[in-house]
Amino acid sequence: MNGLGIIRGLGVTFKHFFQTYLEDLRAGKGRYFTEEGVQARSRADQKGLFTVQYPEEKLPVPEEFRYNPFLVYDEGPNGEQNLRCTSCGICAKACPPQCIWIVRSDDPVTGRPVPVPAEFYIDIDICMNCGSCAEFCPFDAIKMDHEYEIASYDRIAHHIYDKAKLSKSAQYYATIRPTNAAREDAERAAKEAAKAAKAAERPVRKIGPENAN
Amino acid sequence: MTDSMILTDVSDIAARYPEWITADGRPGYSGYIVAADHLLEFCRMVRDDLDYDLLSMVAGVDYITENMMEVVYYVYKTTGGGALVFKVQTPRDNPVVPSIFPIYPGAELQEREIYDLFGINFEGHPDLRRIFLWEGFAGHPMRKDWKEPYYEEELKPFKSRWPQGHVYRAEDELTPLKDNVQFPAGFDPYDWEAEGEQMLYAQLRKLQNAGDEELKTDRMIVNLGPQHPSTHGVFRMAALIEGEQVVELKPVVGYLHRNHEKIGERNTWQQNMPFTDRLDYISSISNNFGYVLAVEKLMNVKPPERAEYLRVLFAELTRLSNHLMAVGFLLNDLGAYFTPALYGLEERELILDIFEIVTGSRMMCNYMRFGGVVRDLPEGSYEKIRDLAFDRLPRKIDDIDAYLTGNEIVRVRCEGIGVLTAEEAIKYSLTGPNLRASGVPYDIRRADPYSIYDRFDFDVVVRYHGDVYDRYLVRLEEMRQSIRIIQQALKAIPEGPIMTGKSAYQVRVPAGEAYGRVEGPKGELGFYVISNGKGNPYRYHVRAPSFINLHGLAPMSRGGKIADVVVNLGALDIVLGEIDR
Repeated sequence: MNGLGIIRGLGVTFKHFFQTYLEDLRAGKGRYFTEEGVQARSRADQKGLFTVQYPEEKLPVPEEFRYNPFLVYDEGPNGEQNLRCTSCGICAKACPPQCIWIVRSDDPVTGRPVPVPAEFYIDIDICMNCGSCAEFCPFDAIKMDHEYEIASYDRIAHHIYDKAKLSKSAQYYATIRPTNAAREDAERAAKEAAKAAKAAERPVRKIGPENAN
Repeated sequence: MTDSMILTDVSDIAARYPEWITADGRPGYSGYIVAADHLLEFCRMVRDDLDYDLLSMVAGVDYITENMMEVVYYVYKTTGGGALVFKVQTPRDNPVVPSIFPIYPGAELQEREIYDLFGINFEGHPDLRRIFLWEGFAGHPMRKDWKEPYYEEELKPFKSRWPQGHVYRAEDELTPLKDNVQFPAGFDPYDWEAEGEQMLYAQLRKLQNAGDEELKTDRMIVNLGPQHPSTHGVFRMAALIEGEQVVELKPVVGYLHRNHEKIGERNTWQQNMPFTDRLDYISSISNNFGYVLAVEKLMNVKPPERAEYLRVLFAELTRLSNHLMAVGFLLNDLGAYFTPALYGLEERELILDIFEIVTGSRMMCNYMRFGGVVRDLPEGSYEKIRDLAFDRLPRKIDDIDAYLTGNEIVRVRCEGIGVLTAEEAIKYSLTGPNLRASGVPYDIRRADPYSIYDRFDFDVVVRYHGDVYDRYLVRLEEMRQSIRIIQQALKAIPEGPIMTGKSAYQVRVPAGEAYGRVEGPKGELGFYVISNGKGNPYRYHVRAPSFINLHGLAPMSRGGKIADVVVNLGALDIVLGEIDR
């Protein structure tokens, strides 16, 4: 108990303190407020000052980062938005806090369900960002967004997201999650091809009167 | 000792006392059913003659169709090995079970929890009060016939969500104090007297008059918390003090209670996974691990090799991040305002970066699935883990060691403070670093290996003084051991699938009970689940290490200074999300 332990410990804090300035001198201006600077500060060989000055600087989010869910649509030839969602309800059933509400649309003539959601709501206050909906969706129709700055002033008016607010394009999805989107597109294409091949193999059935239209 | 006293295993006892011990023959169940009036005798035999010295878990179960309640006990040997399971059954209309507190004092808080949530009375319990809920709370929520104010349906998924899911918010329709609050019959919130508080203070006042007659000292009750920077959340300690010295101390919990277990029983099996993240929210992957182990036992699936390695890898990274925080914030409690804590957080941030890359979230990882893990390592993440495990973290932990371990102020404040002997630590059911700091080399990864921990070369860290300083040293050394495991796992991890079968949002779980436990960063983290073969767990119970480690707080603090209570709490390393559940 002679105070050497304290002095030795202070050596560690002094090293931290000193390294910040050394790194600043070494790296020059590019260390702050640039993308490379932010990345350099979050690498394993980082030295010196560690913090990121949010909101001027932001850490890049990795591809798998998940925030709120959104619905993916493919753009049609005339600019129409074709939601991939078939309103099968699997996301609503898988959702742990039960924050997804779907109204299935019915054909007005036959009364049969049509594979398009009439309404689709997510109560964003309840959503726990777990990603179950995206994980279990068989149609790649609901995905997790990267947009995390969603604070608003009014809970009642703004926090129940409807179909219009949830819909985002497949291109947007491909920009935030390029590898996932490419893999899923390839899988879907392979599935379609297999289906087409199977359909081609099948003997042509006689078309009954109720199927001819 | 007579011949009749030498027992080698519990079936000997069962054979000897067939009139009050029967094997639990229900399909999928195990253990013994003991008659309630012989419970204490049985416990004494189990502890003294069979050496099952560590009471791990006590859980209540409500079998409403059989009109019967059951209390389930899991006891272990601190020398290692599997569990001895025994159960006591009691009629539902008047549930009374003798308290095993005289034999296993570590049952105190757990029995209070069951009393609160199930309404089972424990005869002979020294301090039977509600623990999470207040006296204006109607009913016992874990009973199967209890319904919450916004009750919608017994089980998820709710039918109102699809196909006619017209969104509404129940709280917009129901106004406060009208329909959304249930009170017990005859309870008026406007002339409520805080009976629970009075009972708590009465417990402390029993000791109040025993002050020093000669000096005419007065004993005083001081509340530390619930809003206090040292309590790591909303936690309260009611302390009876004499001058600066603590005479008696009672933890008061429940400020963050949300009835995780009831939510868990409404959820489907898979829906529980993200909820387990929110128990001990700074080590979420360990929580996933315990839960999948329990459910996989019932489902009888085994994850593929690569998934096992990934699980171990991430569980150890979680332990590192937890201990970095525990060490840092212990120093905060000692008064080293935030510099050590931030040095710990810096390394933790880099670990959380890896979690974010692999699982998609920094803290609520939701990483495991029944039969595997959700995602393989994305490109570049292996290198990141490798850089941390082989280069940065060993260096940084040495830095923390050099920074703190020899510091005279730390040593003066920690050495000899909050001492628990090995016997006391076992008696109060402490687990994890707190138990090992008291000289008991009990680590579930070695004592009862799960997953693939039997393949790794690592030391069970143990220290022998049982004080705060040793708890700190155990955590520091455990980080080094975790790094050893991570290094071995990184070298040995094979290529291959990460899931057995396909992950499904609804799984079939055969009927039965299972208890899955892991060596969490804070101690033994266990999940006790009962399936009735349907899509939702019939019973879902969490053996939360932080909660049960609280038994150690009063014995650690008694006789010490009030300033050291804060340090003792910091050294216990609690998380309120797990205590209150």
